[in-house]
Amino acid sequence: MTLTRFVTKSAFRNRRRSSLTVLSITFSLLLLTLMMTVWRAFYIDTGTAQEAQRLVTRHRVSLTEWMPSFYREKIRAVPGVVAVAPNNWFGGLYIDDKPEHFFAQFGCDPDEIFKVFTDVQIPPDQLAAWQRDRAGTVVDSKLAEKFRWKLGDRIFVSGTIYPLNLELTVRGIFTAPQPTNSIYFNQKYVEEAVPFAKGQAGMFDILVDRPENVAHVATTIDDMFRNSPEPTKTESEKAFQLSFINSMGNVKAFILSICFAVGFATLLVSANTMAMSIRERTREVAVLKTIGFTRQSILGFYVSEAIIVALLGGLLGCLLAIAVVSLLAHTPGMGMFFAGMKITPPTFLLAILVSGAVGFLSAVIPAYHAAKIDIVEGLRYLG
Amino acid sequence: MAIPISYNVRNLKLRKGLTVMTALGIALTVTTAVFLMALLAGLDKAFMTSGDPLNVLVMRKGSTAELSGGFDASLFPTLKTLPGIAKDAQGELLASGEWVVVVVLPRKDGTGDVNVSVRGLMPGGLTLRQEETDSKGQPRLKLLEGRWFETGQREVVVGKSIHDRFSGANVGDTMDFAKGQWKVVGVFDSGGTAYDSEIWGDVNQIAVDFDRQGGYASAYLRATDPVAADALKNRVSDDQRLKLEGSLETEYYEKQTSSGGPIKFIGTVVAIIMAIGSSFAAMNTMYAAVAYRAREIATLRIIGFSRPSILTSFVIEAILLSLLGALVGIVLILPFNGMTTGVGNSLTFSETVFSLHLTARVVITAVVFAIVMGLAGGFAPAWHAARQDILTSLRA
Repeated sequence: MTLTRFVTKSAFRNRRRSSLTVLSITFSLLLLTLMMTVWRAFYIDTGTAQEAQRLVTRHRVSLTEWMPSFYREKIRAVPGVVAVAPNNWFGGLYIDDKPEHFFAQFGCDPDEIFKVFTDVQIPPDQLAAWQRDRAGTVVDSKLAEKFRWKLGDRIFVSGTIYPLNLELTVRGIFTAPQPTNSIYFNQKYVEEAVPFAKGQAGMFDILVDRPENVAHVATTIDDMFRNSPEPTKTESEKAFQLSFINSMGNVKAFILSICFAVGFATLLVSANTMAMSIRERTREVAVLKTIGFTRQSILGFYVSEAIIVALLGGLLGCLLAIAVVSLLAHTPGMGMFFAGMKITPPTFLLAILVSGAVGFLSAVIPAYHAAKIDIVEGLRYLG
Repeated sequence: MAIPISYNVRNLKLRKGLTVMTALGIALTVTTAVFLMALLAGLDKAFMTSGDPLNVLVMRKGSTAELSGGFDASLFPTLKTLPGIAKDAQGELLASGEWVVVVVLPRKDGTGDVNVSVRGLMPGGLTLRQEETDSKGQPRLKLLEGRWFETGQREVVVGKSIHDRFSGANVGDTMDFAKGQWKVVGVFDSGGTAYDSEIWGDVNQIAVDFDRQGGYASAYLRATDPVAADALKNRVSDDQRLKLEGSLETEYYEKQTSSGGPIKFIGTVVAIIMAIGSSFAAMNTMYAAVAYRAREIATLRIIGFSRPSILTSFVIEAILLSLLGALVGIVLILPFNGMTTGVGNSLTFSETVFSLHLTARVVITAVVFAIVMGLAGGFAPAWHAARQDILTSLRA
C-alpha cells in the first residue's frame, strides 16, 4: 500500500462521517463561491473591451435631472469621441408592475445608438426597418424569447414618468454580449406627445476611439459644462453601473460579513470532524510510531487527510455553485441582477484554495497533539 | 418511560469541546439569519410607520412615485376647493403642492455616493405634517435643532438620518446641490419614518433650482377625519377635469416595502444554504455522540427504556444543542441591534435609512429555525441509536 492510498483510505474509513463533513463543506463553499462571484462581477470585472471604451454622461445633480439635447453636438466635437447617442429612461410598465414583467425601455436615436453599442448585433435590414418606423422598437433577443415576441408584434407600455402610453411595433431583435433586459425605441415618439420632453436628454452614451483616451475625454466633457446651468458628470460605463449597486446599500460590507461567517463556520465543522477522528486513532498513532514513522510524517498523514476531505467538499461546492448561478439568472425579478454572472477559473481556483486552507488549518492542532503522544501512553489508550 | 432531560444536558457537558464547536457553527448560521431578518423588520417598520391615514397624496394618473412626472400648477387651486380639507388655527387650508427631486451626496464614512431625496414644500406642507400624531397622540414631527426654513430663502432643514450619515448636514453648514448653496437651518426627527431620510426646503426655491417651475410633482391634502380622507381620495381620482389620482399616504408607503425584496431574496438563499451546511455538521456530532455511547444505549434498553424513548431522548439532545447555538447566535447579534443602515428604494430612487430591529418575531423565528436545524441533524442519528442491536452494542 502506498502512502497516498493509506491517506485516502483513512480519510474515508468512517464513510458516514466523512461524507457528512464533505456535504457540510460543500454547502458552505457553495455560498462562498456565490459571494465571490457577485464580488467579482461588481468590483473586479472591468467588462469587455468595448465596454471599456464607452462613457456615460449624466446631469451632475442626479440621474433624474435632464440636460439640454444640444450637449450632444458639443460632446461630439471633443477630440477622441467617435459617436454620441442620447438615451432616456422611459420607466413604463408592461402588463403590470410585477417584477417578472419588468424590463427597461430607452428612448434613443435609432441612427446612432448602435454606433455606440458596437458589441450589439442586429441584422442590417431590421435596423433599417426600425430607423424608418418612428413607432418601432428593437428588443433584446432574451426578452423576445421570454415574452414570445416576433417581428411585427405590438408592445404596449404604459408610462409612469411621462403622461403617455407607448404602442410600439417590434422591428428588430438584437443580441448583446450579455442580456440587457431592455428595449430601444425612438425618443421622437415621446417628444411629439409630451412637450416638456422636447430638447432634453437624460444621459448620453459615448464611444471613445481608444481606451487610453477615455479618462481624458471624460474630464474634458465635464470641464466644458462645469460653469453652465446644467453641469455634467461623465464616468465609464462600469462605474455608472456600479453607482446603482452602491445606491442599494453597503453591499461590500454585506458580502464580506457573510463570507466571514461562512468561512468560520466551515472551519469549525472541519476542525470538529478532524478532532473526533484523530482522537479515535490514538492507539493507531502509537503503532505507526513503533514501526518507525516519524512525527513529521504522522503530522503529514493527518493534515493531508483533512485537506483531501475539504478539497472534495470545495470541488462539489463549486460545481453546485455553477448550477445555482444559472438557476438564479432565470429567477423572475432577480434575473437581471445575476444575468451574465459566471464563475470564472480564478474564482473557482480561489474557492478550491480556501477549502484546502480550511482543511489544513482544521487538522494542524489535533494532528500536532496526536503526533506528540508518548508511544506507551498511546498503546494503553482505550478510546 | 421517558429518559430525563438532565441525562442529555450532562452528556452535552461531558464532551464540552464537541458541543461548543457544533453549537458555534449553528450560532453563526443563526446570527446570519437573524441579522437578515432584523434588517427586514427594521425596513418594514420604517415604511409601515411612514405616512398618515389623514393625508391624501395626489399625483398625476399613472405616476407610481412622487419622483415620476408632475402636473400643472393650475390644478392646485382646484384641488383646494374640494370639500373635507382641514384648516389650521389661522383658517388656512392644510394643503401643499410639492416637488421631490434627487441629489447625490457622499456618505460620511466614505463608502460611496448616495441618492438623497430633496422635498420642496409649501408652508401648508409643514403645518400639515406637524398635525400628524403617533399612536400615543403625541406630535410625530419634532425639530431637534435650529428652526424651520423660511419661505423664499435658500434654506433647508435635514432629517435626522441625513444629519447622522452625511457630512455638512449640521445647523449652520451649507450644502452644495443643484445651482448653488443651501444653508442648513434645522434638523428634524419624524419618529423613524421615511421623512428622516429627506431634506426639506421651500417649494418655489427648489422648483427654480431644478427647472421645474409651473407644476408640482404631488400635492398633499390633510382631511378632517378618516371618512373625509377616503371621500377626498375618491373625489380626486374621479374628477375627470383633473386627470389626477389620490391615495392615502399610508397606502403609498406600504407599496414601498417591496424595496426590501432583493435583501429578502438573497437573505433567504443564504440562510437556507447555511442551514443545510449546519444541519450536516450537527448530524456529524450526533452520530459521534451515538457511537460513543453505544454501550450506554444498550444498557438503557436492557433496564427497560423503550426504543421510542431513546429516539426522543437523542432528538431532544440535538434540539438542546441547536438551542444553545440559537442562544449564542442571538447574543452575538445584540450589539448590532439599533444599528442604522440604508437601502436603495426603487420607487423613490433614493436611499431610505432604517435601523436593525430585533423584534420578538425575529427572535422566535430564529429559535424555530434552530430547532428545525436540530431536528434535521438529530433525527437520523437518533433513529440509528434506537435501532441498535443490544447484544452487539454491549460487546463493543
